[in-house]
Amino acid sequence: MKKASLLMIIGPLFLLGLYVFPLWNIMLGAPQYPDPLGLHIHISGLQGANEFDIQNIDGLNHYIGMQTLPKPEDMWEFGTFPLIIGIMVAIGVSIGILGYFDKVSYKWFIGWFALMSIMGVLGMYDFNEWLVDYGTNLDPNAIMKLTNLDGTPMTYKPPLLGHVKMLNFDVTSLPSIGAWLMFLGMMLTLTAGILGWKNAIKQ
Amino acid sequence: MKINNHLLTTFGAFLMLVSCGQQNQSSNGALSSSAAEKVYVAPGEQDEFYAFLSGGYSGNLTVYGLPSGRMFKEIPVFSQFPTSGYGYSEETKPMLNTSHGFVPWDDAHHPDISQTNGELDGRWIFINGNNTPRIARINLSTFETEEIIEVPNSAGNHSSSFITENTEYVVAGTRFSVPIPQRDIPINEYKSNFKGSLSFISVDPEHGHMDLKFQLLMPGFNYDLSHPGRGKSHGWFFFTTYNTEEAYTLQEVNASQNDKDFIAAVNWKKIEEYVNNGGGTKMPANYAHNVYDEGTHTATTTMNKEVLTVDPLKVPGAVYFLPTPKSPHGCDVDPTGQYIIGNGKLSADLTVHSFDKMIAAIEGEKFDGEAYGIPILKFEDVLAGQVKSGGLGPLHTEFDGNGNAYTTFFISSEVVKWKLGTWEVIDRKPTYYSVGHLMIPGGNSRKPFGKYVVAMNKITKDRYLPTGPEMEHSAQIYDISGDKMELIYDFPTHGEPHYAAGIPADILAPKSQKIYRLDENEHPYAVKTPTDAKVVRDGNEVHIYMSTIRSHFTPDNIEGIKVGDKVFFHITNHEQDFDVPHGFAIIGQNTSELLIMPGQTKTSVWEPKQVGVWPFYCTDFCSALHQEMQGYVRVSPANSNIELKWSLGE
Repeated sequence: MKKASLLMIIGPLFLLGLYVFPLWNIMLGAPQYPDPLGLHIHISGLQGANEFDIQNIDGLNHYIGMQTLPKPEDMWEFGTFPLIIGIMVAIGVSIGILGYFDKVSYKWFIGWFALMSIMGVLGMYDFNEWLVDYGTNLDPNAIMKLTNLDGTPMTYKPPLLGHVKMLNFDVTSLPSIGAWLMFLGMMLTLTAGILGWKNAIKQ
Repeated sequence: MKINNHLLTTFGAFLMLVSCGQQNQSSNGALSSSAAEKVYVAPGEQDEFYAFLSGGYSGNLTVYGLPSGRMFKEIPVFSQFPTSGYGYSEETKPMLNTSHGFVPWDDAHHPDISQTNGELDGRWIFINGNNTPRIARINLSTFETEEIIEVPNSAGNHSSSFITENTEYVVAGTRFSVPIPQRDIPINEYKSNFKGSLSFISVDPEHGHMDLKFQLLMPGFNYDLSHPGRGKSHGWFFFTTYNTEEAYTLQEVNASQNDKDFIAAVNWKKIEEYVNNGGGTKMPANYAHNVYDEGTHTATTTMNKEVLTVDPLKVPGAVYFLPTPKSPHGCDVDPTGQYIIGNGKLSADLTVHSFDKMIAAIEGEKFDGEAYGIPILKFEDVLAGQVKSGGLGPLHTEFDGNGNAYTTFFISSEVVKWKLGTWEVIDRKPTYYSVGHLMIPGGNSRKPFGKYVVAMNKITKDRYLPTGPEMEHSAQIYDISGDKMELIYDFPTHGEPHYAAGIPADILAPKSQKIYRLDENEHPYAVKTPTDAKVVRDGNEVHIYMSTIRSHFTPDNIEGIKVGDKVFFHITNHEQDFDVPHGFAIIGQNTSELLIMPGQTKTSVWEPKQVGVWPFYCTDFCSALHQEMQGYVRVSPANSNIELKWSLGE
């Protein structure tokens, strides 16, 4: 249980990486953008991969009537997510410490992992909702109103995960360092839970 | 094949008549697959070297790639350039100010890239204006002319603009000696009244700003070309001279009478010390110093009123003359700094002087008389060797860093490769036709990149499809990586390239600037956000603070302008994306368009002469909506009282 508890202490700390590294990354390449434009999605806001990328993405998107990219104050998520992550790290580490001193059982470990997973999924759902709104809620006076082959208005939702060809742009959306660190940390807590469970069976 | 080549060179004309087939075979060599592969830079690939070719009478500097011979850019330097508005915009007009007023043209000759420890560092490139003596400095991260300094007491600014090995000085010599100071005297009083000034312009190591530190007033010869000493000879500068006869008419004949003219060896470190200790004489002068500020995107002119002159006789041991045969032209120093090559342009041979022998002769005080008090060293005492070339009319020499030198021959139209030290000729290849300068990247520094040599010719004739009597000049690229030179490419150049300077792409390309930062724009008429756009009247001057972004002007409707107004369009490009310029042109503009780079502000003056509603538009195809990027200015009669009004989207 000591080993499991140590893992439970270390695991949540990996989530601190989210304060430094982006959670997600969307890259937009096109023939006239050999150096692609890029968007780093942090839990506290959006950043361009290069200094002026946000301005340039907004500049291009105005042709097709997309909204400008949100600033931190435009979305409640950017205020709330850092708080939630902080609280979850604190709870996770506390559980680990209590486990180390045999005050709580491995079930708390699995409980933390489950809660974090649910929040992760909710976060992804929320992120996807924003992508849908961003890509489909278009200005009716847009300069270019494009339609699909079947006549429906063309929309521009970036993919949640993977690659999509959108007009002249190749859009690739992938988890970034912050997400990978979170994944690693959560795997450590899951391992802690399993180790704790195996220990419990032995006893 | 070897014999054929030799015969072709010697009896080219004869062979052309009797052995057409062989000649074709030889000239088709350039089209062989190996040559094609050597110059082929596949689509999407980039060249290995930048080559900066002077534009000669275009007044500008052109940028090419090697080995492809593709032209990337023409950098406006001494000539107005309607493409970008250089010399037409209010910001850049001061760049062309001189003591003779606004001079919108010059004859640009010898580009030289800045060096540190004798190696190319790629910070700046300097070039001289020959006609109205000026030296320009171009920034090699923006590829824009940043500074032009006029050289007083000079004419025919030809033995310029060569830099010392740590870019301490950019040096400018006088090809046409003139009365110093200028005054109203009979031309036939040339002797002793006319002088040749050699100007040492210091370069600020941080910002590159130039300052005319001192002028050496030399006898009235023609100072034709120059190069700095390097390595062991650092601290010296060498100038070829002709017209030591001091002829002032029919120079073609009268300046070619002496069997030997001189190479002037100038110990500038000694003179610098003399000057730093308060030596020299201040002389009244009047010369322009034009500096372009990247923050304000604006040039300003300062007229300087004084120059520090130095009489060479006042600094013992500072100047010596090295006798050199037959009106020498090129003056080149090998990478070690040991050999000084003087090419007697009316001779068949090259004269190579030894720096060590020169120092020994000076220390032994073995002089062969003097000229105007300047000691002349004995020819035999300083001679390292002579290259018996078999060619005619040697002009310029470059080096490959592997102990070989390459000299152009104007009259026999060829490049000759020879070995330093043994003076033996290794190879020779024809040029098409009558080559002037040649260039090896870094070929006049301590560290040449000896892979290609570019030969720049004076005569084109039949090399390309004919375009009437006037044609661009031709250039050839030779692969010099092997023992023998191989002609691999032939391409037309712009203007009349004299000298050129090359540098590996990996030194320059990574620091090439993509945009100007809008948040660092300090132009007094810049608008940082479209909401700051406005129109302000001050008497009959109207200032329009305008911004552009894909794809509209803010404002795009302006009313209240009157006939007789002087309208300043101050346009700021709000793009911060690479390669998204906007242009500006308005009907009846008496200047040129403007081409405004991202983050930049430029100003065009428009003086409407007719009542009406006049359109302006973007001249650079900036986006899919470029055609829509336009606006209107309503011009009312001079006596109307229509109020100033401006808008966008109303």
